[in-house]
Amino acid sequence: MNDTPENSNGNSEKEFVIVIRKMHKWYGQFHVLKDINLNVERGEKIVICGPSGSGKSTLIRCINRLEEHQDGEIIVDGTELTNDLKNVEVVRREVGMVFQHFNLFPHLTVLDNCTLAPIWVRKEPREQAEVTAMEYLERVKIPDQASKFPGQLSGGQQQRVAIARSLCMKPRVMLFDEPTSALDPEMIKEVLDVMIELATEGMTMLCVTHEMGFAKTVADRVIFMDEGEIIEQNKPQEFFDNPQHDRTKLFLSQILNH
Amino acid sequence: MAEAAIASHPRRNPISRLWNDKQSRSVIIQVITISLVFAFFAYIIHNAVVNLQAIGKGFSYNFLWQPSSYDINQHLIEYDSRSTHFRAMLVGIINTVLVAICGIVLASIVGFILGVLRLSKNWIVNRLAYCYIEYVRNVPVLLHILLVHGLIVHAFPVPRQAISIGDVTYMTNRGIFSAKPIYEPLFLVVVVLFLFSLAFMWWFKRHAKKVQDETGQRYPVFWIGLGTIVGMPLVAFFLLGSPISWDMPELKGFNFTGGMVIRPEFIALLLALSLYTAAFIGEIVRAGILGVYYGQTEASYALGINRGRTLSLVVIPQALRIIVPPLTSQYLNLTKNSSLAVAIGYMDIVATIGGISLNQTGREMECMIIVLALYLVMSLIISAVMNWYNKRIKLVER
Repeated sequence: MNDTPENSNGNSEKEFVIVIRKMHKWYGQFHVLKDINLNVERGEKIVICGPSGSGKSTLIRCINRLEEHQDGEIIVDGTELTNDLKNVEVVRREVGMVFQHFNLFPHLTVLDNCTLAPIWVRKEPREQAEVTAMEYLERVKIPDQASKFPGQLSGGQQQRVAIARSLCMKPRVMLFDEPTSALDPEMIKEVLDVMIELATEGMTMLCVTHEMGFAKTVADRVIFMDEGEIIEQNKPQEFFDNPQHDRTKLFLSQILNH
Repeated sequence: MAEAAIASHPRRNPISRLWNDKQSRSVIIQVITISLVFAFFAYIIHNAVVNLQAIGKGFSYNFLWQPSSYDINQHLIEYDSRSTHFRAMLVGIINTVLVAICGIVLASIVGFILGVLRLSKNWIVNRLAYCYIEYVRNVPVLLHILLVHGLIVHAFPVPRQAISIGDVTYMTNRGIFSAKPIYEPLFLVVVVLFLFSLAFMWWFKRHAKKVQDETGQRYPVFWIGLGTIVGMPLVAFFLLGSPISWDMPELKGFNFTGGMVIRPEFIALLLALSLYTAAFIGEIVRAGILGVYYGQTEASYALGINRGRTLSLVVIPQALRIIVPPLTSQYLNLTKNSSLAVAIGYMDIVATIGGISLNQTGREMECMIIVLALYLVMSLIISAVMNWYNKRIKLVER
């Protein structure tokens, strides 16, 4: 980690993996995202929190264009997201995503889940793709489940496979959309451990989560959203100890006081 | 506690005890059910035999070997009015199987296309598919058959004013007349080459998969396949000096002779049955694709897999599990609906052995049993094949 956040002060755009400028999104009449400005540095870990319906998931889903924005611009790794389908595919190749409900392919084995995209998108030889996949499955600590089908695994195991599946594409950015919200309490830890390990290795991560412990230990920056706006962003320490806005204070008191 | 409970019912009679035992009760119910079913059929059959005897008829299949003394307009095997009833039945079976197989293939293709169009985001395409489906499936299939038959018979010209397509094919209200190929010995080479190219492609497809597994490069298998299977025999055909001669249809008197003919009854039945069933299959396919959780598509997109591959690698394999069981029912429906052929004089099983043969011999009992058994056998074969396929693609759950 030689390029620390201090080196990059925003005048050269190359330092930012993701640049979002004046971005707006509507669902019909409903204004979901309002004037979002966000720059993400390489290697930065960002946790996005906020009440439900505040647009956190929608925001990160805009970054790999699972949702389309209507105004402003989103530039990921130098490629702007527009209606150009080829550009969208280029971005999606470089951005991994982990979903709340895992979304593993139930008709493929764990190993085939991991090799599908490398084989069909990266055009890797199967053998090589399988070797890579086994490496990542080992890192998420389930190499012995490689030949099973997703339906045979526990929720925590499935989510770790989903992380390995994304990593097999060797993405530059990882997006996490509430990765632990559908898990039993004892399985949350095994998934968070994998995410923490990934963070210490220097992966750029954007993470929508309610795990405030994770935010405190891992995040470089915590972003609080409400009603489609970024209300407040700060280093985790300041964010939790000294929130500036009333809405942030209310939110924190609600989730931390029980 | 347990002893006390037992002691509290000291004098239950054995029948009550048997009836209240879970296992023996289920045995008793099964025995009663089976006896009732057998009794019912025994009564019906006994009744039939008694009634048949009363009017002086036995139960015998000997009539099958008597000459049928009626003509059948479409016969793919040798047949004339001196052939036996058994032979007539065979012709009927072949005609039914022919229209069923062609119908299933056509209905599947049109149905899948309709299903995908129905999901199109293009408003016009979507509405067109919707209107087609709603019109076709809300009119009885018998009317469709009569309508298409009527269209062909009344809208197409008489043979003398036939619509000629390159003087090779003539469309008339008596069917489509076309040149019939007569193969010369050298043509065998073309056939052999064709079979060879099929075998080659089978090997090449596996080879291409191996190459993709090893190097990641993918050959355009479909186009190479098309080129080989169509191209190679075609080149050989012309190199050998076109070893085929044609028996051309010729207008003699009021109709064409020679060549080969696809009869209007067959066209009408095939089109009506398959286009009707396609409407249902379209909805089944749509349901199947919509039934695959959208998160699957999103996960695939998020990995950078494009739309087409997402459909073929992720969505369709999962949609098939939803599609296949109701699709089986539609195949069965189509096969059985083909019995409506009798309305336009297409000589299927019902029209031959279950129609004219029955009327001529008066063997209604025997004929109906044959027809029933034949439909049952065909349906069970379709079911068996589809169930086997369904099992093969089933998800592994735990």
